[in-house]
Amino acid sequence: MAGLFDNLRARRPRVDKVAAPAASSEHWVQCSGCGTAIYHPTFLENLKVCEKCAHHHRMTAWERLELLADPGTFQEWDAGLVSGDPLGFGQDYLDKLRSDRERTGLSDGMLSGSCSLGGIPVALGIMDFGFRGGSMGSVVGEKVVRVLEGAAENRIPAVLVTCSGGARMQEGMLSLMQMGRTCAAVRRLNQVPAPFLVIMTDPTTAGVAASFAALGDVILAEPGATIGFSGRRVIEQTIRQKLPPRFQSSEFYLEHGFLDRVVPRATLKDTVSAILGMLCVPAEVTR
Amino acid sequence: MILEVEKPLLELERKIRELQEVDRTAGVDLSAEIRLLERKARQLKQSIFQNLSAWDRVQLARHVDRPGTSDYVTGVFTNFVELHGDRFYADDPAVVAGLARFQGRPCVVLGHQKGKGTRENLARNFGMPNPEGFRKAGRLMRLAARFGLPIFTFVDTPGAYPGIEAEERGQFEAIASNIALMSELPVPILTVVIGEGGSGGALGIALADRVLILENSVYSVISPEGCASILWRDAARAEEAATALGLTSETLKRLGLVDEVLPEPLGGAHRDLEGTFRTVQDALRRHLETLQDMEEHALLEARYAKYRRMAVLGEAR
Repeated sequence: MAGLFDNLRARRPRVDKVAAPAASSEHWVQCSGCGTAIYHPTFLENLKVCEKCAHHHRMTAWERLELLADPGTFQEWDAGLVSGDPLGFGQDYLDKLRSDRERTGLSDGMLSGSCSLGGIPVALGIMDFGFRGGSMGSVVGEKVVRVLEGAAENRIPAVLVTCSGGARMQEGMLSLMQMGRTCAAVRRLNQVPAPFLVIMTDPTTAGVAASFAALGDVILAEPGATIGFSGRRVIEQTIRQKLPPRFQSSEFYLEHGFLDRVVPRATLKDTVSAILGMLCVPAEVTR
Repeated sequence: MILEVEKPLLELERKIRELQEVDRTAGVDLSAEIRLLERKARQLKQSIFQNLSAWDRVQLARHVDRPGTSDYVTGVFTNFVELHGDRFYADDPAVVAGLARFQGRPCVVLGHQKGKGTRENLARNFGMPNPEGFRKAGRLMRLAARFGLPIFTFVDTPGAYPGIEAEERGQFEAIASNIALMSELPVPILTVVIGEGGSGGALGIALADRVLILENSVYSVISPEGCASILWRDAARAEEAATALGLTSETLKRLGLVDEVLPEPLGGAHRDLEGTFRTVQDALRRHLETLQDMEEHALLEARYAKYRRMAVLGEAR
């Protein structure tokens, strides 16, 4: 797995400052889970997973793409689709959008396109927390819908990797409506039928959890991801008590029956391609 | 509850009642003064309610006297039979649902239900559904589809309940499933936002062929208080957030996110229940007439196309 990110590093405008834990020096990073100092090349080699405590640090969309897509097969869709400011939140918001675009090398909070994954052609969408917290406004919603429609049209699986705090407040109700249109697009894909696989990563909450992410034919999650509808703080303020530590984690929702599997990053791609391989029935068999 | 903006009006109305009382009991003819004050009250009402801020509307939408789902169920429909439970876990009193007749025709009607007083509000969890509330709604919407009945939903909630058990029982799954379900049911679905449209908890029963909104209702991706505390770390700036979020009926219509704004009686829906019911009934009848003539396929295509358009996109480069 060494050099996993090498191919795309040249295309990424800057190294992921948002997703990586604080670098204690140029060559060492500190694990956000247990505080252990990890040699940076080792950290990348281990897919940003701590060897000691198995904490899964966030990946950028480009890193995630490198993890999942077969090398050289990715063709990006809608690379020029950018957010406006429909409610007039102001220059400050527009500036933040611009700097997030520059820093992440993404047009908005999702990287989408087609690729092959373990030899299977798929439509793929990957959210990036580094872009406005992965929040879903019109552009993210549109990209999700186009991934799902593209999959339906080509009768190939759709794979969506979620990483989002929820709807983007600055687009107000337009953001809420993205929940509606993405859910409707999932149902159209279901009718084809083509497989829809969701990979929930840290975090997958609120408007994203409560829409397309919850509707996967198969829903996988990375270990220790925060998943849920309401934010911890809101719940604590409402019920006026502290929440148990594992509450709203991947493991919590696996136990409560809302996820299919919790899958460590190192085996994620193999798991995804094994599942898709069994759900993608060759055309001659269906006839 | 008395709203700040209403206070001068209520004061004037109190004066009028006093004069009327004196006029009646003391045998003094005050009719000229009363007429004058009544004219003044009308003018005041006009000026107050034609210049409402977004925050004023949030207050009106949350007004304790504002008619709720159960009022519409009896005021706009007949023969309502409430049906309970999600058949999995429990009955959620924050959602009222059942069979009824609209203009004589059977239908399924459901909506969020807040309480009128503290006791009922506690029982109904302030209109904040748990997963079983959404699942009850989903069960009855499936029932409607099986029997070809139109579905009417009424939105009035601060949001889905943020609680431990709600999360354990899959609040996110319950909401997503309902939204997806509503996108594929082959019967007309009509929604009216009658009060507070609180985010995902509202949308969980509100993906529809027609979404109508009463003039003073609000519908928002997040509560103004929540928005202010996240964006500016200061819940006290809710008034500012209300303006920024674009949650008024007028803005939602302009953005194409609702189909029609229904005018309210001057002073708000609670000041003339019969008038409000008539407005809602007329609008629902008008829209249902169009929808019920559509073929299933055309209905579903139109519904998909309607939501497919809801985005504001820019192209870079």
